[in-house]
Amino acid sequence: MLSAKQINNQSMNKISIIIHREYVTRVKRTSFFVMSIVGPLLIAAIFIVPLWLQKLESAQVKNIAVIDESGILVTTLKSTENVVFTDMGKMTLDDAQKGFAKSEYYAVLFIPKNILNSTAVQVFSNRQPDFGLKQYIAKLIERDLETLKLLKSNVNPDLLKAVQTPIFVQTIKWTSDGHEVEVTMEMKTIIGTVASVLIYMFIFFYGSQVMRGVVEEKVNRIIEIIISSVRPLQLMIGKITGIMLVGLTQFALWIVITFSVVWMAQVTLFSEPAVPKITNQTATIDSKVMAQVQALGQDDYQYALDIFGSVSNVNWTLMISCFLFFFVCGYLLYASMFAAIGSAVDSETDTQQFVMPITIPMIISLAMIQVILNNPDGSIAFWMSMIPFTAPIAMMARIPFGVPIWEVVLSSSILIVTIILMAKLAAKIYRTGILMYGKKITFRELAKWIRYSS
Amino acid sequence: MDFISVKDIVKEYSGTKALNNVSIDVEAGSIFGLLGPNGAGKTTLIRIINQILAPDSGKVLLNGEPITASHIGRIGYLPEERGLYKKMKVGEQVVYLAQLKGMSKAVATEKLKTWFQKFEIESWWNKNVEELSKGMQQKVQFIVTVLHEPELLIFDEPFSGFDPINANSIKQEILALKEKGLTIILSTHTMSSVEELCDSIALINKGQKILDGKVQDIKQKYSTNTYEVKCSGWFDSMASTLTHNYQILEHQKEGNITTIKLKLLNEIPTNDLIRHFTGLGNVIAFNEILPSMNDIFIDVVGETNQQSKHE
Repeated sequence: MLSAKQINNQSMNKISIIIHREYVTRVKRTSFFVMSIVGPLLIAAIFIVPLWLQKLESAQVKNIAVIDESGILVTTLKSTENVVFTDMGKMTLDDAQKGFAKSEYYAVLFIPKNILNSTAVQVFSNRQPDFGLKQYIAKLIERDLETLKLLKSNVNPDLLKAVQTPIFVQTIKWTSDGHEVEVTMEMKTIIGTVASVLIYMFIFFYGSQVMRGVVEEKVNRIIEIIISSVRPLQLMIGKITGIMLVGLTQFALWIVITFSVVWMAQVTLFSEPAVPKITNQTATIDSKVMAQVQALGQDDYQYALDIFGSVSNVNWTLMISCFLFFFVCGYLLYASMFAAIGSAVDSETDTQQFVMPITIPMIISLAMIQVILNNPDGSIAFWMSMIPFTAPIAMMARIPFGVPIWEVVLSSSILIVTIILMAKLAAKIYRTGILMYGKKITFRELAKWIRYSS
Repeated sequence: MDFISVKDIVKEYSGTKALNNVSIDVEAGSIFGLLGPNGAGKTTLIRIINQILAPDSGKVLLNGEPITASHIGRIGYLPEERGLYKKMKVGEQVVYLAQLKGMSKAVATEKLKTWFQKFEIESWWNKNVEELSKGMQQKVQFIVTVLHEPELLIFDEPFSGFDPINANSIKQEILALKEKGLTIILSTHTMSSVEELCDSIALINKGQKILDGKVQDIKQKYSTNTYEVKCSGWFDSMASTLTHNYQILEHQKEGNITTIKLKLLNEIPTNDLIRHFTGLGNVIAFNEILPSMNDIFIDVVGETNQQSKHE
């Protein structure tokens, strides 16, 4: 006879054999390899492509032909490195249109005669003029007209100069060890979105892998051979753990590859440091900042850099550890349910009716991400963090904005208790389900299985 | 010595008794046939012996010890509904299943190589299971059942889905395992294989054991006192001289040889019968006709079903 301890060791050993198989067979698949490469590239693209496009855009010099019927503004429009205004003199709009295709102009700016009493100018182009240019022209003309109108009202030009104060808002966060440049709201929103969508994908993908694995064993009929060697619970634990490790491996690969790609892109695409090292002194506006603000393309590029450059100021350790925690918890919760469903049905097509109800909370949380991001401390965000079925996604959306520690602790505790209860229910359904064939399964039937004694 | 003893097993599924006080004893080194119509409770009983299901009451003893998880490695089980992971390599898969039975990876790999050599299927090692034909897969499943060198083998419908050639080779393997001294439980519908293979049987119907014992004893018990006599001579003279102790069921004449099937109506020694025929002609053959297991199965099951209808 073996002692209880030996039997316990033996059962641990069997679970680890199962984990090993579940892990190795999945990691060796081509689909795993492809996912490991494609995923990080997509994520990296989210961060790199907008920045890169902005850079391309700003590097381009835009020649704008100006037809100023009023003759007032053409003299005040100042060209910059990226935008060059050329006075077309008396050319009419019709002539400009005829010659436009052959010219090197990016667009034609038309200022009507009555500009002082009007609020509209027109930009003509054979392409869609970009939003940045439109805004820049508006800002420029607005300021010039303002100045003109003020001067007409006999305001002292010196006074005027003193009054005009462009503001560049820089947010700086005080921390225990001094201060650091605050991550922009835009960046937080992007990270919150990416993290919550990602955790949804991970939970759903790997949770349903568990279901497919269980169905496979049942359909294959290998299940009876296996459970003559191990307890159903051991098989379930082994499968869920093995697939979880696959998920964690995938995640680790994504993190490593994403950061490498982003880093390489920063080095090669943006040779100057992507993050402007703004120290406390520069908080007083110097001329350099002014110049940056005023220069068009530079302006947009700077804006993009502000958003995306603060990537390195994100607390990645916190983000990643929260992601890992909420992935593991969310996965365990949903994988238990998926395992129970897998055991109850006879084929993968039968899973639909059961998968729908359990994925509804996840789909709701996905749909609510925007609401949560708009108000990360609001009551919707709070309650969705407390409901265990929506907590992983809601929390990942909120973490970049900072969540009070007691909320994190409370949410995690509720989540863990729910996992334990759910795993127990799932194990009961699983134990009965894997041996049940050809029965029409309803929720009532599942409830009956839960009540069966072992 | 009984290698496995099942004592008073009761198993109920939502109100209906799948097994009602079933006991069986399987002698070490014998082949035991577990018979019964579909839905009789055979698979439930096999699952209980395999500890897949727990009985509501009753116990299973293996070599006199109550069965526990530590006995799993001593049992080999080939379920009726059997399968393998389709997308897993044959070698890897069999080693994995042996590991679950408690064998170390190295030993399992070593032993499996020997089996593959024996069956001359070394080339299958790195094939995915889905590349194998059904017959080939059955062979792999058979190896899975025996690889960890169990002392008790349980085959649930081992011949279903096999062509006659493969069924025969499985039959030979089962006999070879018996030769090695293993104890075997065989659940089957193929009655001819029961006669060929089994030493004893238990017949289960509607969750109850209705018949058990050694195959020879059961056949004797259900014998109908029917004999077949072959002799040369004239049938008419034989028939007219037969007394009321016998009833002729059939007779047939081929050339000079007459074959008569008859039933003894009274308890009289068979010697008297032979003596009677030797007086009439030359007796070439004389043998008892025992009922086939098939007939007994149909009779006994039919009878109990009748009884339960009347109740």
